[in-house]
Amino acid sequence: MAFASKRLGKELAKIHGSLPPGITLVTAEGFQEWLLDIQVLDANPIYMNKTFRLKFKFSPSYPIEPPEVTFLNTADRPVPMHPHIYSNGIICLDLLGQQGWSPVQNVESICMSLQSMLTGNTKNERPEGDEQFVASNRRRPRDIDFYYHDNTV
Amino acid sequence: MSSEDDFMSGMSSDEDDVLQESENEEGSADDFGFDEPEPDLGFSQKEDVQKKKKIFDVNFKVYQPKDIQAQQDDLIDEVNMILDIRKEDAAILLRHFRWNKERLIEDYMDRPKRVLEAAGLGTNVAGPPKLEVIPGFCCDICCEDEPGLKSFAMKCGHRFCVTCYNQYLAQKIKEEGEAARIQCPAEGCKRIIDAKSLDLLVTADLQQRYHELLTRTYVEDKEHLKWCPAPDCQNAIECGIKKKDLDRVVPTVVCDCKHRFCFGCILSDHQPAPCELVKRWLKKCADDSETANWISANTKECPKCNSTIEKNGGCNHMTCRKCKHEFCWMCMGLWSEHGTSWYNCNRFEEKSGSEARDAQAKSRVSLERYLHYYNRYANHEQSAKLDKDIYNKTERKMTQLQSASGMSWIEVQYLNSASQALQTCRQTLKWTYAFAFYLARNNLTEMFEDNQKDLEMAVEALSEMFEKNVQELAEPKLKVEIMDKTSYCNKRRVILLADTADNLANGVWSWGIDF
Ligand SMILES: [Zn+2]
Ligand SMILES: [Zn+2]
Ligand SMILES: [Zn+2]
Ligand SMILES: [Zn+2]
Ligand SMILES: [Zn+2]
Ligand SMILES: [Zn+2]
Repeated sequence: MAFASKRLGKELAKIHGSLPPGITLVTAEGFQEWLLDIQVLDANPIYMNKTFRLKFKFSPSYPIEPPEVTFLNTADRPVPMHPHIYSNGIICLDLLGQQGWSPVQNVESICMSLQSMLTGNTKNERPEGDEQFVASNRRRPRDIDFYYHDNTV
Repeated sequence: MSSEDDFMSGMSSDEDDVLQESENEEGSADDFGFDEPEPDLGFSQKEDVQKKKKIFDVNFKVYQPKDIQAQQDDLIDEVNMILDIRKEDAAILLRHFRWNKERLIEDYMDRPKRVLEAAGLGTNVAGPPKLEVIPGFCCDICCEDEPGLKSFAMKCGHRFCVTCYNQYLAQKIKEEGEAARIQCPAEGCKRIIDAKSLDLLVTADLQQRYHELLTRTYVEDKEHLKWCPAPDCQNAIECGIKKKDLDRVVPTVVCDCKHRFCFGCILSDHQPAPCELVKRWLKKCADDSETANWISANTKECPKCNSTIEKNGGCNHMTCRKCKHEFCWMCMGLWSEHGTSWYNCNRFEEKSGSEARDAQAKSRVSLERYLHYYNRYANHEQSAKLDKDIYNKTERKMTQLQSASGMSWIEVQYLNSASQALQTCRQTLKWTYAFAFYLARNNLTEMFEDNQKDLEMAVEALSEMFEKNVQELAEPKLKVEIMDKTSYCNKRRVILLADTADNLANGVWSWGIDF
């Protein structure tokens, strides 16, 4: 864990100092699982007045390996509607996969990417085959081969 | 050695014996002629059968890891000289162009900048890669900034500390099995890490794994190269047969490790059946395995006294231990009638038209027809295994035989030849039944079945002799008989395969069931 914890320690120090608007740290106990809340700041009607909760799971080789990032679904924190976000909170985004990930990325930059992914979205819908995927998927997000066919959405 | 062989001799050891000499000859791509040594001939006939070209054999060459490395090095040197670029860059460009040297040179001459960009090489400045200590440097991956921190950057200028680079490369190589296309860790940077830089950044074991993986991409990128699928074998085979040829030829190749496999589909040798038929047949067998399972079971009841009989050798001639009844394992008919009427045992007699009119009977007939062929297919598969078991016991017998009869090690090798012949012929016979299942009935089919019958009889006769005990094997007369039968089996196999391959190449087989 030494490699990941050293880097996460530094990230945490920076996060405690300041975070971009619309991103807040909920808990960061230990270096295995963190929770952060994000909000969409402009007046996108799909996400207006809503807060979403992200769960980060880190492996010992973070940031060489990407963290596992999902949206949580709780009473006051829904899973945002988006054509690349399944209703169980799993996110289909190339920067979170082994191919698109760069170890230069960090928790803050991931939150910002997700924030802007929501900001630019106009489709109030789930990915194709959401129901079936949610019903049948037993794999962890990192083991799923998403086909990133449309990075414009 | 002929001049042609001299030309190729760099590829093979000169210590190869005379019999192997012709193996390294290369023919034109559309020539299915061959020079591969037959692996399993009786001594008596070895010379003359070996020299003949056979229509069912394809030209191929076996390469060891060092040969594959040498081929890549040659291409890299060539590109390095022609384009006047670093060897590391030449290697990256060649991999980017999937080792198509001509296309690389052509494209590079046209627009070098674009080619370098696309291959992840960007604008190039000369100078060997090196680790540096940059004052005030902070690594973007681990956020370390202590003084004296060693760091590395490729030509793109993205700099990271050595520890992070090492971790990153270890992840790519060990966990993701990547080598040829590992990019700079910086976000969005397409720069590909070269071998020299990599060697600077990782430990020796990772370097070795990396070069292994690089070598693999060379073989995987080339259509005419394939890895030998035998476990622990590191050789690759070169063969000119293309995918589009596979309905006309069954390209069996033999690795130096002795593994015989099909260059088209990598499965074990399945001559005379073409790849597509094999695929369909295996799928059918898997789908129908429940129905067919009971048939391939290893025990049957004696047709006379009903006591359970277990097949313990490859031979189909069964003698009931209890009542001494002799019968054929395959058709359960009297063995005494098999000397001349073996014919009834390899061909499925199509049922009469009146029976076929009834839909239910029809489906029963088609199931029975399938089971007829499946039974024989599975039987040869099983028998080949049993023959092999017997051979393993025979190896011990061979040692005993040497002391009992005073024969030398060389003199008992005929048993080894016989065992190999049995294995190879059974493998062929097995696939003749899958082949026959898809055939339409006409006079070509009759010829095929005659050939099949001849081979089958030869194999069963040899298999039976092979089961004898040491005392019997020590008789000089039996040795001669076994050697004769061995070469006869091989001859029948060659005839069957040549006929079938000839018709396949000419596209004259007609199929009753599409595959
Ligand atoms: Zn670092
Ligand atoms: Zn870079
Ligand atoms: Zn091999
Ligand atoms: Zn094949
Ligand atoms: Zn009996
Ligand atoms: Zn029979």
